[in-house]
Amino acid sequence: MTTSDATSAAPLLEIRHLRKAFGTRAVLGDVSFQVQPGAVLSVLGRSGTGKSVLLKCVVGLLEHDGGEVLFRGQSLENPAARKALRQASSYVFQQNALFDSATVFENVLMPLRARGEGERELWPQRVRDVLHRLELEDATDRYPAELSGGMQKRLAVARALVTEPELVFFDEPTAGLDPLRRNAVFSLIARLQRERRFTAVLVTHDVQEALVVSSHVLWLDSGTVQFDGMAALFATAQEPALREFRDNIEALRESLRSVANPTST
Amino acid sequence: MSEYLGKLTLQGVSALGRWAVFSVRALREVRSGQALGTRLVRALFEQGVRCVPVIAVVAAFTGMVLGLQGHYVLSRFGATGMLGTLVSLSLCRELGPVLAALMIAGQAGTALSAELGIQRSTEQIDAIELMDVSPEGFLVGARLVGAFFVFPVLTAFFVLIGVAGGWLSGCVLMPHDSNSYWGAVHEAIRGKDIRECLLKAAVFGFLTTALCAYQGFYAHRSGEAGARAVGLATVRGIVLSSIAILAADYLITAVLL
Repeated sequence: MTTSDATSAAPLLEIRHLRKAFGTRAVLGDVSFQVQPGAVLSVLGRSGTGKSVLLKCVVGLLEHDGGEVLFRGQSLENPAARKALRQASSYVFQQNALFDSATVFENVLMPLRARGEGERELWPQRVRDVLHRLELEDATDRYPAELSGGMQKRLAVARALVTEPELVFFDEPTAGLDPLRRNAVFSLIARLQRERRFTAVLVTHDVQEALVVSSHVLWLDSGTVQFDGMAALFATAQEPALREFRDNIEALRESLRSVANPTST
Repeated sequence: MSEYLGKLTLQGVSALGRWAVFSVRALREVRSGQALGTRLVRALFEQGVRCVPVIAVVAAFTGMVLGLQGHYVLSRFGATGMLGTLVSLSLCRELGPVLAALMIAGQAGTALSAELGIQRSTEQIDAIELMDVSPEGFLVGARLVGAFFVFPVLTAFFVLIGVAGGWLSGCVLMPHDSNSYWGAVHEAIRGKDIRECLLKAAVFGFLTTALCAYQGFYAHRSGEAGARAVGLATVRGIVLSSIAILAADYLITAVLL
């Protein structure tokens, strides 16, 4: 089922018939969707359905085999449009991709320095501001390896937000985190998105949390779009495949709860 | 068999083309990501200052062995007066550039391959690319520029220490006359020899740095992943650099002789 949520506004990002295969294994079949300015789009799906591959094709880290990606109506085949996307966006990697030989402060300074953005004299203050917001101000001189998993994730988010991007891509931002930290990361994303009004594309396995922070949902299965619409519709849709997906997630949660707390069952 | 050889040749030519594009891009986009001065200083420190001890030790022992062997061989022909000539010309024209380059490749080149390989496997290179910065220019460009300065300087240092090592073994530990030794050194070395020495050093610097960087940068294309890919990239970097140094040495010598 594809429920396109068309609006009158021009999409910030548009993906048309994207295809990607690794050798003979097709990962993305024919993926099309739009991201409106200010939206938070969660890309959901089982492991191995091509969610992260989709994100990497969109930003140009992987070359797609067919289809088109447009940013503000311009195809990314055009180098100027690709540059515009990279100037206007940030990416939070699944494994954080922090610069391990640089301190926390230097990691966050890097995007400002790389793009030569704004006034040079203001860079240190901008870095301190974002570190303060993400409660990392006491760790400025430490190296990423000296931080906990949650702090590393916050640092990755800080690095992504220091340039005040228009569009942020989050690739599995809660991968490998415990439930408490997962909730904290989703709360953080929701709070920062409200404060800064950036558009977000969020790849995740955490359906319940994603539905809370997202305005829109894209559900991928076997490399094709099975649902594309408002998050509220995804939570209540009665299509058999969708119900099965949600039921499986819920069953897994129940099973994990009973393992963690056997007396409650 | 011919199909296999053809495929191998095509792969080789294709890899050479990718390496050339990588190297040109690294130099052309060296300013990408700003802080060029800082990156250049770091490159000079890592390729230059950090390699000084190993260069000094290897040069001293190379010169001492040349002094000993030279004294032994030349004394057979009653030509021990040529010891300074033998040591200085051997070091300046051949051994200095080649051994210095091999030592720098062994220390700085392997470190570069491993560093870039780890940055690749932990997606740090992807992160740089998404900041709209050329990762080739930002991570490799300054090191290539630095290599053009570091290799000639360290090679000159190698030759000086080596000649002193030859004097130590030939004139201090063996009964050779110091004045005769230094006089022969002074007479033997010409401007052409120094130019050839420095030219070789600069070419070796470019080759080893670009090869080691390329192997690390594309560590993920080796068919392996993670730590194994980094290890493989490091080994490939040093092996290819060593072969390139010796092959280029022959070519330059053949052209300039």
